[in-house]
Amino acid sequence: MSSVPPILDVHDVTVAYHQKPVLWDIDLTLTEPRLVGMIGPNGAGKSTLIKAILGLVPLANGTVTVFGKPISQQRQRIGYVPQRESVDWDFPISALETVLMGTYGRLGWFRRPRRVDREWARECLHRVGLADFAERQIGQLSGGQQQRVFLARALAQKAELYFMDEPMAGVDAATERIIFDLLKELRQQGCTVCVVHHDLRTVPEYFDHVVLLNVRLVASGPTEQVFTPEKLHTAYGGRLALLDAAGEALRKREAAHDQL
Amino acid sequence: MISYNTLVVLTGTSLLGACAGVVGSYAVLRRRSLTGDALAHAALPGLCLAFLVRGERSLPWMLFGAFLSGMLGIGVIAALRRWTRIKEDAAIGIVLSVFFGAGIALSRAIQNMTVSGSKAGLDSYILGKTAGMLASDVYLIGGVSLLSLVIIVLCYKQFLVLSFDPGFAQVQGWPVYVLDLVLMGLVAITVTVGLPAVGVVLMASLLIIPGAAARFWTERLGLMLVLSGILGLCIGLGGTWLSTTFSLLPAGPLIVLTGTVVFFISLLCAPERGLLARTWREREVRSRIREEAWLRRLYDHSVALTPTATRYEWSVWSMATRDAEPVIDRIRQSFFRQQWIEPVGDEHWRWTPLGIRQAAEITYQHRMRDLLLVEHGEWIGGFSSFDGAELLRTLPADLLHELEAKLSARGRLPGEHRS
Repeated sequence: MSSVPPILDVHDVTVAYHQKPVLWDIDLTLTEPRLVGMIGPNGAGKSTLIKAILGLVPLANGTVTVFGKPISQQRQRIGYVPQRESVDWDFPISALETVLMGTYGRLGWFRRPRRVDREWARECLHRVGLADFAERQIGQLSGGQQQRVFLARALAQKAELYFMDEPMAGVDAATERIIFDLLKELRQQGCTVCVVHHDLRTVPEYFDHVVLLNVRLVASGPTEQVFTPEKLHTAYGGRLALLDAAGEALRKREAAHDQL
Repeated sequence: MISYNTLVVLTGTSLLGACAGVVGSYAVLRRRSLTGDALAHAALPGLCLAFLVRGERSLPWMLFGAFLSGMLGIGVIAALRRWTRIKEDAAIGIVLSVFFGAGIALSRAIQNMTVSGSKAGLDSYILGKTAGMLASDVYLIGGVSLLSLVIIVLCYKQFLVLSFDPGFAQVQGWPVYVLDLVLMGLVAITVTVGLPAVGVVLMASLLIIPGAAARFWTERLGLMLVLSGILGLCIGLGGTWLSTTFSLLPAGPLIVLTGTVVFFISLLCAPERGLLARTWREREVRSRIREEAWLRRLYDHSVALTPTATRYEWSVWSMATRDAEPVIDRIRQSFFRQQWIEPVGDEHWRWTPLGIRQAAEITYQHRMRDLLLVEHGEWIGGFSSFDGAELLRTLPADLLHELEAKLSARGRLPGEHRS
């Protein structure tokens, strides 16, 4: 037995909705800080896996530990970016107040956010390039800006392990750039970030670890070992259009490799 | 001078309005308004059963029964959603009508069967009867209001994160089911103490209307809660006052009607979200888009076409557009007013320094945005308004330079007039 517990240990996890399995026997262990891309075709259970790890959907079977303990004892070390569509953006709240929610976990039951917390929330907004939008009602932001507010809220949690559910879906180039830069920054600080990702073309550029899912776990490991035509084919089957995009990305990577 | 009884009733209904307003705001924000309505209707059978069990008219017991069956109704809705494929709206409809029907049947049966039943006044719980309110009822309402206020102040941040993003709240470790239950419980006890006054049918309006009206006036949750409380208080007070002064109608319906008036005023007149303000703003945006289009066209047909001319013929205006003459005239008047152009003699006009700067700037923004759309469409999703200046401000400097260089190479960069 190793002395340092793994960052994330998913053991034998199965999730079912209405008797239909959505995830089968997932075994997944992360021992080193990584930027993890979770990829797979539609309906592969990527979001469900994140939700299962976080305890948002009931497990039919299996266990999840984070830094060696059950998730319920590690709440302060986990950051979460849900899908943008999951909330009502017409809610009466400003961008800053939304980010401030990230600090609630640390505050405990009855303490209110103090000045330092507000400053920290402001700093997080600044890091996603939204310092000027702090007082705006969140519905008056563009889709990309809303996504960045969610990201700032996760930053405000000061976590060590982050889960992000499709943060780059439907966002503009500026937002994608900012998110990617932040991912790199978090990685340099020693954080692990698990990102549900849909765009195969950018996988090799963004992630150093890939989790390939299709209801069951197809592969998990360093990008260069997992992001291969054979494994992608196993996961995606005959979905050719997507594979073409992936093929292009692979060629690009090989070309870059040749130049080295 | 108002009588002691009137004072009691006024205090009771205004407190009830305030409490229902604050508690109901959460229901409105969480799209649980109809759940509140179902809860109120579901309270009726419990009330009747409590009467049957006790065998006498004992308000505390009957309210306790109402509370229990209201919560049971909520529980059934949750269970239907959780364990069957019935959707929420259907579940609410089923619970509301089944419980209410059972309540009506029970209350009729009681009144027909027993002697004391006919004196129970169970009918008054359907539409409410404010006139019968006692000081003890007011204390009860006051106590419930205080309790709700304390809980909401203490758990403000938990309720905020729960209402906005329950998934996130759960990941943060808050006991969302408990919090949810507490919030629903607050709605339930508010409904329960309100039943004698406004009745099961109209109670929902007291929960929903103040919050829905307050939402129009503010974009902050804290302020919305305060405002909703104040509006609820005014609605309760106003409705009861109307009822006692004119004694035409019972207070319940008048409270609802007062609420309707408050709601319509909010809907129309609120400064940001109100209908009038929205319509006005949309008109403003449209007229700004039209003016900007005109500035560009005139710029193209004047400065861009003949850079050395100092004045232009009026015919430029009709050449630049297919708009009808009255439209052109309106724009012209507007440009005069803003001192963008001035007449030269009878036949000609020219730009003022202000006007030419404006025209060049707008043309610049427009061309930059055009080029951006064509060559870097991936950037466009990131902007929250049509304002060209704001859009360009958010672009990185190197991209701006690239676009400017491209415009310049095509001789389409309106440079000299802009500063």
